[in-house]
Amino acid sequence: MEHYISLILKAIFVENMALAFFLGMCTFLAISKKIEAAAGLGIAVVVVLTITVPVNNLLYNTILREGALDWAGLPNVDLSFLGLLTYIGVIAALIQIMEMILDKYIPALYAALGVFLPLITVNCAILGASLFMVERDYTFSESVVYGFGAGVGWALAILALAGIREKLKYSDVPEGLRGLGITFITVGLMSLGFMSFSGISL
Amino acid sequence: MADASAKQVLFEPIFSNNPIALQILGICSALAVTTSMNVTLVMCAAVIAVTAFSNLAVSLVRMQIPGSIRIIVQMTIIASLVIVVDQVLKAYAYEISKQLSVFVGLIITNCIVMGRAEGFAMKNGPWLSFLDGVGNGLGYSVMLIFVAFFRELLGAGSLFGVSLMPVVNEGGWYIPNGLLLLPPSAFFIIGLAIWGLRVWKPEQVEEPDYKMSRHTVKEAF
Repeated sequence: MEHYISLILKAIFVENMALAFFLGMCTFLAISKKIEAAAGLGIAVVVVLTITVPVNNLLYNTILREGALDWAGLPNVDLSFLGLLTYIGVIAALIQIMEMILDKYIPALYAALGVFLPLITVNCAILGASLFMVERDYTFSESVVYGFGAGVGWALAILALAGIREKLKYSDVPEGLRGLGITFITVGLMSLGFMSFSGISL
Repeated sequence: MADASAKQVLFEPIFSNNPIALQILGICSALAVTTSMNVTLVMCAAVIAVTAFSNLAVSLVRMQIPGSIRIIVQMTIIASLVIVVDQVLKAYAYEISKQLSVFVGLIITNCIVMGRAEGFAMKNGPWLSFLDGVGNGLGYSVMLIFVAFFRELLGAGSLFGVSLMPVVNEGGWYIPNGLLLLPPSAFFIIGLAIWGLRVWKPEQVEEPDYKMSRHTVKEAF
């Protein structure tokens, strides 16, 4: 149990997807103008990550990994080069399903996310989490915890940024720096802050 | 007409409609792979190749793709191209592919590739889409090379691994700025670069949500 708690804390704070690995930056910067939209996107990312990472873990361990096809009588097959294609396929399929569900049941959120819902597919945080999961050789239950933690960490970061930006729009920023420029600098400062977590060992 | 628009499609993204500075696309990798010029150049070449050919391929089959599964089709095309690039890099530039690690795989999720496939190639012919891919790849590269130039020069005192400003540890005079080797510095450099770009091209400046009202109390001056 302790192992899982430390794993989840590590995924949320120490190895924060957005602020320590800089994954999922595009949506991170584009959708953080309003807290409501940021919260919606954060939730979407948590859900997608919690589902895709374990699914990819299962696929990797039962089909792609070297020697994993033993049960089918093919002990020497190594399909790991197909990994990228498989992970992204799973992610894209899941997001398309989510898009349909949201369109039908929560149209307000669907409209708010707009073009950025399909772009969750290309949110590097999602694919990145799957790649890290493979690299670190997580077991199935670890991958559930890790996927959830990574999603929460990302959601936390985007909420924090949206909060800062909502205040920031009342401030007098130099003309050329307005909007995107100042956002970059803010995120830079935030990630400096999050770097202080990296000294913590769990 | 075709000539003029082809040229426009190719060069517009470099400064006027830069994918990183204006469209907010493809930032993740800009931060992680810009610590040295060598790695950055390889990454740029890979991205240009993938963007150009994925745009071409998507544009060729755009009439056949049913709308509801278009994302999966696009991702499959892009992922296949990235696997090719990954295998080529592993075969011919193993050292650099080691340094790029997961970021070659993450080209798949580089929003530039997907964003252009969805935003441009689905609506335009193959030749224009190909040029659009090259142009956006170049726009991305310009920004990346700019960032990498400063990070390597000021962070390690060298360019392309060749030492230009001898650092103190090796008996030189330059004290390297360690902050520039850490990822947050890329944010600062891109932020300042955007500032510079917008001073040069003021039409890109974003409208403020609120205007500051003028001071009305004398004592405030």
